[in-house]
Amino acid sequence: MAQPNVLILRAPGTTCDAETAFAFEQAGAKAELVHINRLLEHPDLFSRSQILCIPGGFSYGDDVAAGRILANQIQHHLAEHLAQFKAAGKLILGICNGFQVLIRSGILLEPDAQNGPPATLTVNDSGKFEDRWVRLEVRGAKCVFLSGIDAMYLPVAHAEGKFVARDADVLDRLESAGQLVLRYRPLSEDAGGGNSDAVPYPDNPNGSVAGTAGLCDATGRVLGMMPHPERHIDPTHHPRWTRGEAGEVGDGLKVFTNAVEYFA
Amino acid sequence: MLWEVDIYPAEGQPDLVAGQVARESADLGLAGDLAVTSARGYLIQAALDRRQVERIARELLADRVVEKTVVAAVGDEALSTPPEQDRRLVHVLPKPGVMDPVAQSALTAIADLEIEVEAVGTLKKYWIGRLSDEQFELLASKVLANDAVERVIVGPLDFDHLEVGSPYDFELVTVPIGQLDDEALQKLSFEGQLFLSLTEMQTIRDHFQSLGRDPTDVELETIAQTWSEHCSHKTLAGRIHYRDPDGERTFQNMRREPIFATTVKIREEAGEADWCVSVFEDNAGIVRFDDEYNIVFKVETHNHPSALEPYGGANTGIGGVIRDPMGTGMGAKPVANTDVFCFAPPDTPLDQLPPGVLHPRRVMRGVVAGVRDYGNRMGIPTVNGALYFDPRYLGNPLVYCGNIGLIPRDKSFKQAKPGDLIVGVGGRTGRDGIHGATFSSAELTSQSETVSGGAVQIGNAITEKMLLDVLLVARDRGLYNAVTDCGAGGFSSAVGEMGEQIGAEVNLDRITLKYEGISYTEMWISEAQERMTLAVPPERWDELNELCTSEGVEATVIGRFVPTGRLVLKYNDHKVADLTMDFLHGGRPPVVRDAVYTPAPIEPQPLPEKYTWDYTNELMQVLGSLNVASKQWVIRQYDHEVQGGSAIKPLVGAANDGPGDAAVLRPVLQSRRGIVVACGMNPCYGDLDTYHMAASAIDEAVRNCVAVGADPARIAILDNFCWGNTDRAETLGSLVRAALACHNVAAALGTPFISGKDSLNNEFRPEGADEPISIPPSLLISAMGQIDDVGRSVTMDLKEPGNYLYQIGTTKDEMGGSHFALVQSLTGGQVPTVDAKLAKRTFAALHKTIDAGLVRACHDLSEGGLAVAAAEMAFAGNLGLRVFLAQVPHEIELDDESIAEARHLAESIADEELHPLAGCARATAVLLFSESNTRFLCEVHPDNADAFEAALADVPHALVGEVADTGRLEIIGIPRPIPDEETDQPVEIGAPLVVEAELATLKETWQKPLAW
Repeated sequence: MAQPNVLILRAPGTTCDAETAFAFEQAGAKAELVHINRLLEHPDLFSRSQILCIPGGFSYGDDVAAGRILANQIQHHLAEHLAQFKAAGKLILGICNGFQVLIRSGILLEPDAQNGPPATLTVNDSGKFEDRWVRLEVRGAKCVFLSGIDAMYLPVAHAEGKFVARDADVLDRLESAGQLVLRYRPLSEDAGGGNSDAVPYPDNPNGSVAGTAGLCDATGRVLGMMPHPERHIDPTHHPRWTRGEAGEVGDGLKVFTNAVEYFA
Repeated sequence: MLWEVDIYPAEGQPDLVAGQVARESADLGLAGDLAVTSARGYLIQAALDRRQVERIARELLADRVVEKTVVAAVGDEALSTPPEQDRRLVHVLPKPGVMDPVAQSALTAIADLEIEVEAVGTLKKYWIGRLSDEQFELLASKVLANDAVERVIVGPLDFDHLEVGSPYDFELVTVPIGQLDDEALQKLSFEGQLFLSLTEMQTIRDHFQSLGRDPTDVELETIAQTWSEHCSHKTLAGRIHYRDPDGERTFQNMRREPIFATTVKIREEAGEADWCVSVFEDNAGIVRFDDEYNIVFKVETHNHPSALEPYGGANTGIGGVIRDPMGTGMGAKPVANTDVFCFAPPDTPLDQLPPGVLHPRRVMRGVVAGVRDYGNRMGIPTVNGALYFDPRYLGNPLVYCGNIGLIPRDKSFKQAKPGDLIVGVGGRTGRDGIHGATFSSAELTSQSETVSGGAVQIGNAITEKMLLDVLLVARDRGLYNAVTDCGAGGFSSAVGEMGEQIGAEVNLDRITLKYEGISYTEMWISEAQERMTLAVPPERWDELNELCTSEGVEATVIGRFVPTGRLVLKYNDHKVADLTMDFLHGGRPPVVRDAVYTPAPIEPQPLPEKYTWDYTNELMQVLGSLNVASKQWVIRQYDHEVQGGSAIKPLVGAANDGPGDAAVLRPVLQSRRGIVVACGMNPCYGDLDTYHMAASAIDEAVRNCVAVGADPARIAILDNFCWGNTDRAETLGSLVRAALACHNVAAALGTPFISGKDSLNNEFRPEGADEPISIPPSLLISAMGQIDDVGRSVTMDLKEPGNYLYQIGTTKDEMGGSHFALVQSLTGGQVPTVDAKLAKRTFAALHKTIDAGLVRACHDLSEGGLAVAAAEMAFAGNLGLRVFLAQVPHEIELDDESIAEARHLAESIADEELHPLAGCARATAVLLFSESNTRFLCEVHPDNADAFEAALADVPHALVGEVADTGRLEIIGIPRPIPDEETDQPVEIGAPLVVEAELATLKETWQKPLAW
């Protein structure tokens, strides 16, 4: 199997780079941490990787808005290179702050000239940062990263993760295109259930519209997600492993192995 | 031209900031349903037209999906048109000189749009509904803005350009001190915020007289910083004459003798197996972790800044302590944060608030947010902490912040060399944080906010994260010989410390500044955050500079270590200071203090005398008391899982919400080895006896670690003494007594202290009051344990019906200072004591059983005793529990009355054998709620019971209950004869149900008080 190279993009304030690199390595990839300044100097660094990952953190302190400044840099200096990267059939993963960057830079959803960005991630309804575990339903038939996954149990840790679409049309379009690939589900499986999207707080931790926790682009090769798959790759990551509830490996590992196996 | 961009929530989007203001207004008792509209805004000073500014707003500043903007030139009516009738406009802006990181980022990002602007500022804008003038003012000063760092402008903005500072004109200032008499010296010390004692001022005067000149202002300031209590810890490092009923002792150095000496002895006894690496020397204590790494731990306090500006104070408190491990050895990588806070009760009535004091709710919200924002942004998990409440923390809250770091074994020591360049790296120097070190050594008053506002630093975590990223690379490439952080005293302390054995020459004009107009003295003593000092060999400078530049971190050569034994400061060509290191570090006159301890007599404690009375309500009261109640509201705001090593989280159990005893994490992802983090503190006990308070805190910190599986032979501890004014002999006496307990208990347990810190003068003097309010003696013990394999950790939640429950350790009649006494307003009683030899045996034996996999759940008994621990285990595991008090191991002494009552009862039931406690009226409350130390509850599978009991043969233990699928906690009291209802004659032995409660009710009671 060919071992893909992963470019883990660092910026001032990136915090989850090391453990995300570790997760990719556990999955069999070769991970390289690259600072945004290096990429701005040498955009051809993209060419030696098959996977780009923008990990979690607080790029540029989340000043102005979460992910905004890094997204702005990408938009104005790297857009072309990223378009080529995508066109070459490569994979892009944004986790938490990385998701915020992907959505704000237009990589995930193309803005239209008239109305601007189709969707955003904004301040949680609770008004505060929260670290808690969520149950996710995967409706990810088209997303490379989520292939073969039905459900995941992962932690979220963010203050600005509420997904909001510009209007009902955008939401319908994303839904029918199968791009709303990750949905918050009730924590206790007997509660609610069915296909209702109205999952209340805290099971939907931020008030996201349609319980959206993750989103892929039209090709299924770009995924942005608020929950942290790299924080559930080891059985002892599971908050109830001492109760015998953890599996052999954590639910999140498959996100990374899917990416690696895509290049097998 | 000055443009303003106001950003409001779009139609249909919640105004979360307005909601928060309305809530806090209600907290202040101003208006229950205050109408508020909020906006965030930017001021852009540039020669631009409206179209360009609108583009900046649209593409960069606002989120078009959920926000709308108003763009206009400052002064335009569009900016002051109220959204609704009857609203008053308030702007809140950072004071000139206060750091504004968002504005900085916006400035850089605007450049990415290829638009040129001169300066950017930020503001917050509020439209406030109907309030009286007085209420409006209160809201503005208590909720909307903080005077220490922000200014309020009511109505339209009254300026048309952003202040960028004016250039500084050099002028050498000397302080004529030679002729000053005692009174004038004291005045100079106070008004110059030097906060030095008269003897110290006299010593300085005499020193400069012998040199035949007056000191410059920067010389005087340098001495004051170096000699401050905060930097030199002169009280505890000084000579103390101590008296108690056992006799008199003189300590040459309080910290070295009782506390540090214990560690030395433990290390000697360990011999080859010594696992301490560097203790009480560097910025943090260092111990061995595995073959490759050592781990370091430091806990600091940031009390006075947090009293004035809770957010900024706590923010820089955690930011500062993170730099301690970063500045330990050649620099450690921070892997975990801890935080412990002490506040006044959040329901303190507003009319009891003295002038100058912030409401405890506001303090608590601000402190939590400050730690949250810095810790989370640094990417360091905050894994352990505690909250304590007492009215005496009203004017002087306590904010303890800790950090654990991981360092390669061969990077654990440093040494600056003559000829090394002195390099400042990280943030720029501003006017923030002037006099922090000296200010923290003074009593707080209602005037502190005005006088010492400049002492509050403003943090920017991202600058520190960037600094950390390059520091670790530079360390591994060997680009410097030594590193230390710029903490209290700024460059003055950092350079002074590093160059103490060598000598240093610094060119102050080279220090990079946030803005112009800063004097050379301010540059030298500023405590601006996110700065560290490196000793760099000249041939390494280019590589270091290139590395820093590549990630946007500023590094500047500001001087050189020179083998002169002198500290020389220059500003351009002017020499502004020339001090010998000898005088600076050795010239301080020794502080000699008296300390007295007079034990308070143990007063009897009138416990309720109830045999069959139901204690369920009392249990609910304790569970719902602030110290015991769930801290979930705080914990969830901290990222406790970043870095990917979390193995036991702060909240555990079936619904991820039970109170774990300690956190466990893997700092090296390739390894199974874990760090265990816990703490212990009991301010309630200190009022009765600080010796037992300290002993109990150590026991609690260690047993919390042991409860999750830490090896008791590898637990290191830290002390943080926060006390009142130790100029009073009794106050110092109570501290010395606590330190003696630290010595005795740590020695007996073989648990070394590896670092420590004290913060004295924690007092607040309300306006017009003769006596200051002193905090209760508050000793925090932080513990860092280790576990071979995190997969062997256990949690406190019950796991399976049918399992046995054991109590390990003995319950004594130790209800003094207990939470039962607190909620029942009982005074007196015996405070919990520690039998350290037995504790050592108990910890070792219990650890073996956990390590062998015999224990399914383990919880320590602390606040609220057995009843609270049992309740917590049950609701965390969502499993019922039955506990039998008759089986609990105890040493309750029987008085004559109890013996007589027992005899009487025995006679009435001729055949039956009575429980020894059947005649003891207070026994039930004691068994339920006593807070005796060294006790645990363990859940064990029946198949493992024999092995478990065998392993614990040498320590007190007993089977006390069983896990049951009932959804209820049931505690069964001591059996005794039950009187026949008609005849009132005892007829048969019965055991009363003393606690009976549904798990859901217990949990709700426990979660409610702090579910904000």
